[in-house]
Amino acid sequence: MKEIYLDNNATTKVDEAVFEEMRPYFCELYGNPSSMHYFGGQVQNKVTEARKQVAQLLGASSGEIIFTACGTESDNTAIRSALEVLPERRHIITSRVEHPAVLTQCRNLAAKGYRVTEIGVDDAGNLNMDEYKQAIDEDTAIVSLMWANNETGVIFPVEEAAVLAKAKGALFHTDAVQAVGKIPINMAESVIDMLALSGHKLHAPKGIGALYLRKGTPFKPLLVGGHQEKSRRAGTENAAAIIAMGKACQLANDFMELENTQVKLKRDRLEKELLAAIPHARINGGGAQRLPNTVSIAFEFVEGEAILLLLSELGICASSGSACTSGSLEPSHVLRAMGVPFTCAHGSIRFSLSRYTTDAEIDLVIKELPPIVARLREMSPFGREFLK
Amino acid sequence: MWDYTATVKDHFLNPRNVGEIKDADAVGEVGSLACGDALKLYLKLDEKKEKVIDAKFQTFGCASAIASSSALTELVKGKTLDEALAISNHDIAEFLGGLPEEKMHCSVMGQEALEVAIMKYRGEDIPDHDAEHDKGHAYPEYEGKLVCKCFGITDTFLKRVIAENGLTTTEQVTNFTKAGGACGGCLPEIQKLIDEVLEKGKVEQKKPKLSNLKKMQMVQEVLERDIRPMLRADGGDLELIDIDGDLVQIAFRKACAGCASSGNTARFVEMKLRELVYEGLQVQEVQA
Repeated sequence: MKEIYLDNNATTKVDEAVFEEMRPYFCELYGNPSSMHYFGGQVQNKVTEARKQVAQLLGASSGEIIFTACGTESDNTAIRSALEVLPERRHIITSRVEHPAVLTQCRNLAAKGYRVTEIGVDDAGNLNMDEYKQAIDEDTAIVSLMWANNETGVIFPVEEAAVLAKAKGALFHTDAVQAVGKIPINMAESVIDMLALSGHKLHAPKGIGALYLRKGTPFKPLLVGGHQEKSRRAGTENAAAIIAMGKACQLANDFMELENTQVKLKRDRLEKELLAAIPHARINGGGAQRLPNTVSIAFEFVEGEAILLLLSELGICASSGSACTSGSLEPSHVLRAMGVPFTCAHGSIRFSLSRYTTDAEIDLVIKELPPIVARLREMSPFGREFLK
Repeated sequence: MWDYTATVKDHFLNPRNVGEIKDADAVGEVGSLACGDALKLYLKLDEKKEKVIDAKFQTFGCASAIASSSALTELVKGKTLDEALAISNHDIAEFLGGLPEEKMHCSVMGQEALEVAIMKYRGEDIPDHDAEHDKGHAYPEYEGKLVCKCFGITDTFLKRVIAENGLTTTEQVTNFTKAGGACGGCLPEIQKLIDEVLEKGKVEQKKPKLSNLKKMQMVQEVLERDIRPMLRADGGDLELIDIDGDLVQIAFRKACAGCASSGNTARFVEMKLRELVYEGLQVQEVQA
């Protein structure tokens, strides 16, 4: 069965060109970039090139890029570092809809005595800016707000939020794992101090991430040891993956326009046709500015895991904010923060497209999903009075 | 991805007995939209009203909830009402070749729906499902103190599931009942219920095994090991005078003798002996 992969916010296919770029750095050019000899040196050169490519996608300079093992490490590093360099400040601001990479960290810090404010969102998933403005004060060490939400694709006004944070002397970090490569980002015209990105969300392999650290921002590393990454992240460089990430960022730059035109058109069509074909469905975050590739759609009176598994039988890979898929029993914290009614929070499905998504694949979902939802509704004891 | 057995997949993809029975003799309903799963079970009985001749279900829920409902309807057909009542959540899980532990609550939901249906048919007093749901109760037949407010689970229901399935951790209780799976606020209370059930189980296990001789030995041991050292630490002491059936006679010595609160001390000794030896023991203070 050929997969129809519409779960690109979970992870992406490694682009063939990216794979070719990294391939020689396993068995042939396996030197350590830190070595003095020519054999390591040629790897070093390639790592430098990759750093430039990542910087370019972000509108940053090479010196501002620190390679890490994943987005989570970048997020953890940023928040921890801010608290260490501003020890007199004891307040952290984040949002209720962050990825666990940020939220769990903040909640652990709260347990250790830090004051943590989690800013809410409205029913479209937009950040509550008034609440945010009220929350920042002279005690705030770090504000960590995601650029775009992984479940709904809703985009936060991080630039505006960063300006407000800086005015109070706080550092500003953004988890941009879902945004990088999908929407234009230009750190040269931004005041954001730190930004996390991840390789495997943009067609590089898993196990590689990066932290953008604005030049001049005080910093304390999470991992200490050797002098790699200018002593900002110790540990031998994952050279092959770094090289892959560089190439992937270059490609993301090349495909940025396509992402916001063709991919978006496919997403919009999927959304429109599903809403037309399936009664009692709604787009989570439909009223907000969103990533071009993501749609989270809620179906009343059915449960998400059942939909996902029936789709999976047809080779269609999607994801769900429902409780039953994750082993937790509550619907996703994102949907709950948005106040999505319980009647449909359990029946939410996320499709996330990529530049590899074809029109034929979208057609297939449009054809197959309505009967699946109808079948499960037929089985459900609820909603009969509404659906007939 | 969940590791579902081939049978679970089969009963999810091709569920048996989906639908309503318009003239059903018994209907049982558990769960709700807010909880994330719900099951409505319909039973049709034979003319003598003894055996289940048909069963159908409507389920809102995940794959294992649908498969568990389907399995339940297959299991219950052809059974008398008493036989049907004996079907446990384990039987449902076993029929499916097993369920991931996180999904055991789906089989519990099946068992509960069956029980509600039969109890209602027999005219036993069951609170109205919808009204109970407005009060936040997931399992209407289990009144009691609401422990998990997120999923509407009461202490009576939890204690039963803990005992029947031999659960020992809060995580297991969540997997089997969902209780504690949302805000987690009731986890300490669930732990208390586990302790309570385990303690009761221990005492019940001990009771039949205890011969008179064994009982005497254990009483002596507990007195020597757990009680006398404590009394001596306060300058007191006690002596075991006699054990007559379940009656343990003790006399206080040193500072304990004539102490105004020796009655409390005797109660304490009794509590300890009941906890560590056997629940039926009584302690009597004698002058000797």
